[in-house]
Amino acid sequence: MSGLFGHVKKNHSQAEAADETVDNKAEPPGQAGSEQATAEPQATEAPGTSHEGVRFSVGIDLGTTHCVLSYADLSKDEDDIQQQVMAVPQLTSPGVIENKKQLPSFLYLAHDAEIAEGSTALPWREKAEYLVGDIARNLGSKTPIRLVASAKSWLCHAGVDCKQAILPSEAPEEVARISPFQATQSYLQHLKDAWENQHPDAPLAAQDLIITVPASFDPAARELTIEAARSVGLNQAQLLEEPQSALYSWIDNSDGDWRQHVEVGDVILVIDVGGGTTDLSLIAVTDQHGNLELTRIAVGDHILLGGDNMDLALAYTIKAKIEKAQGQRLEGWQVEALTHACRDAKEKIFNQVELDNVPLVVPGRGSSLMGGALRSELTREEVDRVLVEGFLPEVAVSERPVVRPRSGLRTQGLPYAQDAGITRHLASFLARQLSAVDELEAVNLPENASFLHPTAVLFNGGVLKAEVLSQRLMKVLNGWLEAEQAPVARLLEGADLDLAVAQGAAYYGIVRQGKGVRIKGGTAASYYVGVESAMPAVPGLAPEVEALCIAPFGMEEGSTEVLSDNEFGLVIGEPVRFRFFASHSRREDKVGMRLDYWTDEELQELDEIEITLPEDGRQQGQVVPVHLSATVTEVGTLELHAVSQRDEHRWKIEFEVRTGAS
Amino acid sequence: MKNTYTIDLTLMPTTLDLWHVALIASILVLALVLIIVLLSMLIGMSRRARQSRSATAKPEVKIVEVEKIVEVERIVEVEKIVQAPAPEPIVLKESTPDAALQLLGLLQKEARFIDFIKEDMNAYGDADIGIAARVVHEGCNKVINEYFTLETLRTEQEGSKITLAKGFNATEVRLTGNIVGEAPFTGTLIHKGWQVSDTRLPKLTRGHDASIVATAEVEL
Repeated sequence: MSGLFGHVKKNHSQAEAADETVDNKAEPPGQAGSEQATAEPQATEAPGTSHEGVRFSVGIDLGTTHCVLSYADLSKDEDDIQQQVMAVPQLTSPGVIENKKQLPSFLYLAHDAEIAEGSTALPWREKAEYLVGDIARNLGSKTPIRLVASAKSWLCHAGVDCKQAILPSEAPEEVARISPFQATQSYLQHLKDAWENQHPDAPLAAQDLIITVPASFDPAARELTIEAARSVGLNQAQLLEEPQSALYSWIDNSDGDWRQHVEVGDVILVIDVGGGTTDLSLIAVTDQHGNLELTRIAVGDHILLGGDNMDLALAYTIKAKIEKAQGQRLEGWQVEALTHACRDAKEKIFNQVELDNVPLVVPGRGSSLMGGALRSELTREEVDRVLVEGFLPEVAVSERPVVRPRSGLRTQGLPYAQDAGITRHLASFLARQLSAVDELEAVNLPENASFLHPTAVLFNGGVLKAEVLSQRLMKVLNGWLEAEQAPVARLLEGADLDLAVAQGAAYYGIVRQGKGVRIKGGTAASYYVGVESAMPAVPGLAPEVEALCIAPFGMEEGSTEVLSDNEFGLVIGEPVRFRFFASHSRREDKVGMRLDYWTDEELQELDEIEITLPEDGRQQGQVVPVHLSATVTEVGTLELHAVSQRDEHRWKIEFEVRTGAS
Repeated sequence: MKNTYTIDLTLMPTTLDLWHVALIASILVLALVLIIVLLSMLIGMSRRARQSRSATAKPEVKIVEVEKIVEVERIVEVEKIVQAPAPEPIVLKESTPDAALQLLGLLQKEARFIDFIKEDMNAYGDADIGIAARVVHEGCNKVINEYFTLETLRTEQEGSKITLAKGFNATEVRLTGNIVGEAPFTGTLIHKGWQVSDTRLPKLTRGHDASIVATAEVEL
């Protein structure tokens, strides 16, 4: 997987006409047992090969709040390959279709009486099954009980079954709910239809397709994303982590000049603050036979904290101000309108240095514009206090996010971050990853370092377009570095923070053809199954659990690890469940290691995994000795198998057995 | 009665005389004319049908693209506005009310434009009107920026002296005041002019009633 670095060569065979049939690279892997062959078509072609018949490299940023599709025409000459973001036709209100670069990741379950016949037609469909995009967000802002939002965050939410119809979680009984998986499918289907409408001669299923996921996505969420893509016919889709994609986009934008901006020994911190999530990654720059090499060395936790929280925080500040000054309670729709007004006002304050306050007006809902208008203003002081101090407080690097015990009566919902201080999350991440560069010769941390010292920072996500916020982040980070006499980190400029992820994904498609630098990644965590330790049972106490490492940190795509020394007896026909753990910081654990003690910070428990051995000519109740094997597919997902000790028969272990016992 | 209409084939001329040749020729000419007329009618009809369909990207899909709206302010004035822009009959002929209604709908949606215009201004003080004006201005600004690309026709400073060479575009620049003599003309630029260089109005589904510029809203 190395050796792809160095200067771009002009060697690819020009992909010719667009409309050849797909040379379907998806083949079931030979090792798959018969009962699972249908479930896992898997791309097996080696990365970096050039594909005949593929005309475009397409990247889809499947965001929490927005989806973006970017593409590059591979049939063009090397130097002419241009990234383009596709304008996605979508309904904005009933009967009205607009082309927008972003497809809001919202889905609206309309009531039959709500929508006039024929007013949900799209250029490719008479009647949309589900309303997605701008129209969903617009209708949903007035009828939240029918709005599905943040489906992506649910995919990574331990404790719920993502294929169960659970959204919208606040909907009354009569609303036919859908699953987070279906919502993801719908967004992909919309993008696919939009693409095929604009490129009738180049079906999306025949193009190189990269879908981005947060680096912090667990194996089950990655699997679900790939499965959703396959279910809409996009069998060739591959996954790429968003922070890596942002870095690819930066490399692409630098027009080959990126080597001048980084050097061997650099540690690039990618901070991605999106609409709904914050994602952190560390990428090291090392030397490989005289060429620069990039290796993703660490990823952070899945933090549900983003730009939407900021707008909401401002709206609630203004709400409190109005209620205090005018003594009137604001209604839900007013808060909603206030949130919109705050979003625009905040951007004005960020962009215009001389502006100290922006008036906010929420007009009445009736046809009289003057009567009942709500008036207030957003001041620079409030923005500084609520956003800058609230979300990016100047804290010491030793501070950690505050975790309050959840109240027992919490309704089932997303596990939003309890501490809004992004800088505290960052401090915690860097401190935990202190040992991430231990194995790299090029990176030398001083003895006294209490956290990993990044030398460069790349921002991503629309939130950080605001200079006030990005400068504050740099200031806090550099403050930490200076306190430990380390050189300050520099900001890597020139990325389009809104579209970088999609563009980077499309660029990655080009990289995969061997035309640019590739970031080495591998698994973002090490994985463990819980096994009962062999000790005498103590009445009243659950047996102690040991964590058995089944996949180490940084396993590369296409590699397999086998735990042949650890034998399990599985009973035919009976589902067996394992507790399943992941660690973002224990990178030295090897396959087969057993941990009998760990801290909550080291190992996070994921959803249980389940194996059911089908009868298949065997007798029910029979015990089959198996060992476990872990594979990282070329697509970028983790697959676990139970392998029979006797005849090498393999059974796939399912991730998506979310017990719902949260 | 005795049948007197028996056709006697022997009476048929056995040789073609000049009159019959002329007769046959004229029949052929007339038939040819008839065919040409019919064909041209057919072509004309099919062309019209295609035109009406050409608005949609694909025939089976019910999207009606609305014609670009007439560029409104394209006149650069050199003193004060005296008359409306010269009508462009070809554009006007093809324009449907849909585009205008659609623009009204957008202005209402984003800027509460109709609400504002229909409001009785006398009932409110300037402070209230000022508050409302913010909503209207912000929304209108958003609509104009989102759906149109506006450019100024002249880049010179307003109030500065400019010289118009011979053959200047009279649809872009309107002369006023003391118009005598021959080009080049020198005068003061009063208004720099606006031109819409791009229009991106949303498309509408076929059944969409653009005349409803704001739906009634009922909260349950």
